[in-house]
Amino acid sequence: MFNDANLAAIVLTLKLATVVTVLLLIIGTPLAWWLARTKSRLKGPVSALVAMPIVLPPTVIGFYLLLLMGPNGVVGQFTEAIGIGYLPFTFAGLVVASLLYSLPFVVQPLHNSFENIGERPLEMAAVLRAAPLDRFFTIVIPMAWPGYLTAMILGFAHTVGEFGVVLMIGGNIPGATQVISVQIYDHVEALDYASAHSLSGIMLAFSFIVLLLLYSVRPDRRSKS
Amino acid sequence: MNDNRIKARFLTTLESFSLDVDLDLPGEGVTAFFGPSGCGKTTLLRCIAGLYPASGNFIVNGDSWQDDSFSLATHKRSIGYVFQEAHLFPHLNVKKNLSYGLSRVKPNDRKVSLDDAIELLGIGHLLNRHTTEISGGERQRVAIAQALVMSPKILLMDEPLAALDLKRKKEILPYIERLSESLNLPILYVTHSADEVARLADHLVVMEEGKVLVSGPLSETLARLDLPIKFGEESAVVLKASIVEHDKQWHLVRAAFPGGNIWARNMGHDLNAPVRLRVLARDVSLALKKAEQSSIQNVFPAVVDEISDTEHLAIKVVRVLVGDTAILCRLTARSVANLDLKVGKKVWAQIKSVAIID
Repeated sequence: MFNDANLAAIVLTLKLATVVTVLLLIIGTPLAWWLARTKSRLKGPVSALVAMPIVLPPTVIGFYLLLLMGPNGVVGQFTEAIGIGYLPFTFAGLVVASLLYSLPFVVQPLHNSFENIGERPLEMAAVLRAAPLDRFFTIVIPMAWPGYLTAMILGFAHTVGEFGVVLMIGGNIPGATQVISVQIYDHVEALDYASAHSLSGIMLAFSFIVLLLLYSVRPDRRSKS
Repeated sequence: MNDNRIKARFLTTLESFSLDVDLDLPGEGVTAFFGPSGCGKTTLLRCIAGLYPASGNFIVNGDSWQDDSFSLATHKRSIGYVFQEAHLFPHLNVKKNLSYGLSRVKPNDRKVSLDDAIELLGIGHLLNRHTTEISGGERQRVAIAQALVMSPKILLMDEPLAALDLKRKKEILPYIERLSESLNLPILYVTHSADEVARLADHLVVMEEGKVLVSGPLSETLARLDLPIKFGEESAVVLKASIVEHDKQWHLVRAAFPGGNIWARNMGHDLNAPVRLRVLARDVSLALKKAEQSSIQNVFPAVVDEISDTEHLAIKVVRVLVGDTAILCRLTARSVANLDLKVGKKVWAQIKSVAIID
């Protein structure tokens, strides 16, 4: 049941989801912090942009990314100029697409938990001589950890589950862009239902465990001093 | 010069009025900021802490934290701040809450040790507890200790007792009373409780709508007749006295104050102990002749010093001098007329009740 192709798809999927989750936490933290604290008029438009992937069909995102990162796109010309080449149909392209696609699932839980902390703990920390960065690492991150856990689980799971964007941007190159969801599609197209079953079963179990984890983490978010 | 003073001048716009204060306060003891909620006293404290941006100057005992050209960030000001609701960091236990600030104070600047603060506030048994496992009163004591271990140049307390019930208040007040005495630390104490003012304050600032109405030593300020309006039924004077005699049979003590001697309930103070006596204006009556057979034991010859109106037309407040000590009495306007009370008239002040408050 685990032939080499299936195994390669699983490994690639896990690698993609891990890279994307780590990058999203790094990008999402300052973005969510800014959204939680800013009084700027840009807050609305930025929030809307971040949330777009939730409502857009993944093919739309994939389509525009394809244009942007292709030979005629601004990003494509830039990546070509600095010697990386074109991103579509590469692992790096998949990572970039997944970052955009899963961004709201990381930013929103972080945004919420940053807002829940409120002003007072930060004022207390300031009064106790903690400088701004010190406050962020010793107060904000520890107090927001349920949000981080949720963000990690959602970001990871959502990346594992994507299909449309991958198909548009990554294509179906074994070992480079052929992730589980695309592989299942392949098996079905080839009428190899047995292989499709085994991969689909894994995804089913994975999704259930992820959601179970998520809902067992959630209650903690409400515990306050 | 002026090294032992606190100077605070702030100007900023709030929602419905502007905060505009220029204060020169003693650099020691407890200064109480009294006023109705929303009068700007909390904002003033926040300005002093640098938590609320305002233009102005602030100097505490020679250290300038803010003037027209610069303003130190909050984390660079040597303050201890006790917030009203006694928040502690929920992700740290009591001990780690205490050491959070302490570890950020340079070892050379540490004057109050963790052990001393724990001892002073009586929280040794709570150290390993989680912050959700202790009572509101305990939490407030931990918050005070947390502020003390910063070895601050000034301690700011924003209604630290307001969120607590009477029992918890009584539990904490003695600790706060001890603070200013045992650590040589100026305390700015925001409150809207006349009782806390009487117990704790050495200096009183009364605020209204962002402005300072009066600022002065407690006894002097309390005896001003333009203020009882603010205190209403709670108008009182505070006398500094010392215990000179115990009456063991009747459980009373005789306390000497500059104008005479006064009997009060024995609250367990030793001979010669300094105490504060609070005499509520509503507990004082005036008579033209000394009543010989009366239940009232504290009767003093006095001279009417000033008479003033109050919030109600029927009530007047009369200030009399017992020796040099001013005492207030709330009387009906009819009594004032019937007794023909005038400034300079000699009367007998009958004090029905007096409370020793520390």
